[in-house]
Amino acid sequence: MLPRTLLHLAELLVVPPLLLGVVNRTKSVFAGRVGPPLLQPYFDLAKLLRKGAVYSRTTSWVFRAGPVVGLAAILSAGLLLGMGGAPAAISFTGDFVLFAYLLGLARFATALAALDTGSSFEGMGAAREVTFASLAEPALFLCLLVFARATGALSLGGMLGPALPAAWAPAAAALLLAAIGLFVIALAENGRIPVDDPGTHLELTMIHEVMVLDHGGPDLALILYGAALKLFLFGALLSRLVLGFGEGALASEALFLVGLLAFAIGVGVVESAMARLRMIRVPQLLVGASVLSAFALVLLLR
Amino acid sequence: MSALVLAAIALPAASGLAAAALGGRPGAAHRAACLLVCAGAASGLGVAASVLLGGAPISAAPGLKVDGLSALFLVAIAAVSAAGAVYGLGYHPQASVGARSVRVQLWYGLAVAGMALLAAASNATVFLVGWEVMALANFLLVQTEHERPEIRGAAFLYLAATHVGTLALFALFALLGQAAGSFDFAAMEGLRADGPLGSRVFALALLGFGLKAGLMPLHFWLPPAHAAAPSHVSALMSGVVVKTGIYGLLRVTGLLDAPPAAWGAALLGLGGISAVLGVAFALAQHDLKRLLAYHTVENVGIIVLGVGLALLGRSRGDPALVLLGFAGAGLHVVNHALFKSLLFLGAGSIQHGAGTRELDRLGGLARRMPRTALLFLLGAAAISALPPLNGFVSEWFVYLGFLAAMGRPGGDLLAYAAFGVPVLALAGGLAAACFAKVVGVAFLGSARSAGARDAHEAPRSMLVPMGFLASACLAIGLAPPAVLPPLARAAAAWSRLDPAALAGPAARAGEGAWGVSLVAAALAAAAGVLVALRRRRLATAPRAAPDRVPTWGCGFAAPTARMQYTASSFADLLVSRFSWAIFRREAAPRIDGPFPGPSELRTEVPDTVLDLVLLPIARAYGRLATRARLLFLQRVQFQMLLVLLTLVAMLVLAFAR
Repeated sequence: MLPRTLLHLAELLVVPPLLLGVVNRTKSVFAGRVGPPLLQPYFDLAKLLRKGAVYSRTTSWVFRAGPVVGLAAILSAGLLLGMGGAPAAISFTGDFVLFAYLLGLARFATALAALDTGSSFEGMGAAREVTFASLAEPALFLCLLVFARATGALSLGGMLGPALPAAWAPAAAALLLAAIGLFVIALAENGRIPVDDPGTHLELTMIHEVMVLDHGGPDLALILYGAALKLFLFGALLSRLVLGFGEGALASEALFLVGLLAFAIGVGVVESAMARLRMIRVPQLLVGASVLSAFALVLLLR
Repeated sequence: MSALVLAAIALPAASGLAAAALGGRPGAAHRAACLLVCAGAASGLGVAASVLLGGAPISAAPGLKVDGLSALFLVAIAAVSAAGAVYGLGYHPQASVGARSVRVQLWYGLAVAGMALLAAASNATVFLVGWEVMALANFLLVQTEHERPEIRGAAFLYLAATHVGTLALFALFALLGQAAGSFDFAAMEGLRADGPLGSRVFALALLGFGLKAGLMPLHFWLPPAHAAAPSHVSALMSGVVVKTGIYGLLRVTGLLDAPPAAWGAALLGLGGISAVLGVAFALAQHDLKRLLAYHTVENVGIIVLGVGLALLGRSRGDPALVLLGFAGAGLHVVNHALFKSLLFLGAGSIQHGAGTRELDRLGGLARRMPRTALLFLLGAAAISALPPLNGFVSEWFVYLGFLAAMGRPGGDLLAYAAFGVPVLALAGGLAAACFAKVVGVAFLGSARSAGARDAHEAPRSMLVPMGFLASACLAIGLAPPAVLPPLARAAAAWSRLDPAALAGPAARAGEGAWGVSLVAAALAAAAGVLVALRRRRLATAPRAAPDRVPTWGCGFAAPTARMQYTASSFADLLVSRFSWAIFRREAAPRIDGPFPGPSELRTEVPDTVLDLVLLPIARAYGRLATRARLLFLQRVQFQMLLVLLTLVAMLVLAFAR
């Protein structure tokens, strides 16, 4: 049990920045550039951790606590999610509610840190973030309800466990719809195109990036790492849900990593092939994801 | 033990008299009154603890009996009344406020005593006595600052609403008493709910108790009344007085056997509407206390979702649904009492320290009032259902109830789950957005007015009760397994199911609750490690030349506080999504010419039920009545005609029978 838990923790802590590297490499391939090395996010983190930080005069302890609470919440959410060769460290009935609300805690802390700067840009970013997140939340829960109903399990561990492959055969259509919904939510929650553009430097159009404009040094490192971790968690969830395999074997570990790779490439492809949606269209996209999952639930009723 | 029950009722009732009697030494008088309320609260807590930790129900006197359900509400009453009384020492001191403070203490004590009486009542008459004492004392509390016309308006609106409710309750208990042959709750127990009696009782209970609880669309009196009272009184009203409506609903539905599934479905629908629209209206508010009052509507909605689920469980004979729905609702009653009173006390401290509670005039208070800021932030996280605080635990129980319902065969329960889960998620997300706005605009950034710039920290007598409430929030959030056994006992008392039938689901929920505790511990550990890491890195890192600079403004060098995002602009994206329910009035500025003059933007959010439905109807009725009076009262002959017509109508009615 212990080695598996350690493997789980190691995967959780080490792999996430690589995902960002894959996304960026995919984008550069599409753009015809050589692009940064795959391990660039690790170098960035190491660089930021060595730097000092500059603080705005308007900020208080809330600004400094934001990145810490944000990353701690995402890390503890990671404990609830099984990786490839290892089950979740903690699993219980209804744990996916805690998973979603821990991500909510991270968002709350980041939004407050943004508002602490007193900058109208960051206020704008925080307002957009909480707005879109509160619309993404019901969609996420509907998706998870589909998987819970299809597998008959009420914990993330159970949903992603042995019951999942058996559920795919009779309920493939519903599960596929929910997985598509989940991909849309993953893009929205992680501030990716078509909802938000992580590459832009025009503050007026940004959501997530603009909230962290005033953070620097180790604080920014925590934020970047937290963002990578969050992308990784959604990737892990999707990869497990779609590939639907049992735990333990080396093969499933490999399959899991392949799934993650595919997810990162998928994000990169969407990012290269699509333009960012207009801000007013984003709620429609999220409501669309909810409707998709609700329809999947209806399909499961038969 | 039975003496403690009487003490929990009598001591608060006597507290105001002590304040009046010792009027010569106002400081000592106020402390004596506060001590009496606290002693009453301690007795109430003692009684509740004895019942909830496995003791038998306590019969104190004829018509008074504390069972598990009563005990749960006594916990909330005791915690909030004591915290509010201590807070009042610094916030509304008798030594400087004078006679007005004595009056507030008098009515405050009576309101607490009335609530304790109705929670302990085992007889409809005693219940109604407690209900009316509470309602009238609250009316007097709301009109504390009666020289201001808007406060008089709020108080009379409250009085009208509460008496419509009382009227419904008289009818309700008359029906029940007639069917049972006695006004004792024990005699009413076991009446069948599925006949015509049941549906009448349920409709009257929804009206009477729904008005008190502020269930949408019966919430219209609540925001003005809760905003009008002094803050520690608002804490009491929002924290526990509205819960007496929930208590009544639970008590009456608990008396009847075999509640139809339609009752549960109706409560789920109403609860869902309250939860989502309550928080949507809260987002649109500029006044901190009105905003908090609308959040009460939201939280009552969440509680009612739990009650609906528990009722569905009873009508289907499913103990897991009963336990999880009731545990969610019951714990949320206590939790909401704790964090909402914490937030109202925080609002009082803001008003005390900065002189206003208008959100767009605040800002940067975290530096002037650091302790208040921390405590308010904890309350805000708790009400947004963020782990590891108590709001998450109770909402999680309701989620578990819906998940259990989803696993049952048949489509109808799945439909309820597919309705309830996204509604809870949406309400949670919106609440987090709303409190990000409140904390961000009031406490963070820089000050938007002179009052906020020169704000001062609250005195210790105001911080201590807030600290007590915040630590209770944290304790429940960190140790959810501890609260399950008492909740299971209360659920057994309410549903009259065999405790053994509830033990299984309670044990399963308890396992998950341990998981929640474990993750909370992991969260704290991770945060500790990251704090240490960050500190070490910053200690060894090279110092930037100026390490305190203005906020980055894209190169703009002279940012002012007025450039910050305001509460209205923060909420606008979300509020505009509710334009089908919230009809905002806007006076937009006219900007023309190359050199426009000064202009201003005004927005105002009328309550859709009160301002757009009830008041226009009332005004039209008033006009009609005036016209009728002009027609009939001018001549004696017309009045005679009216008498004659009435007489004829009565005769026709009598003979037609």
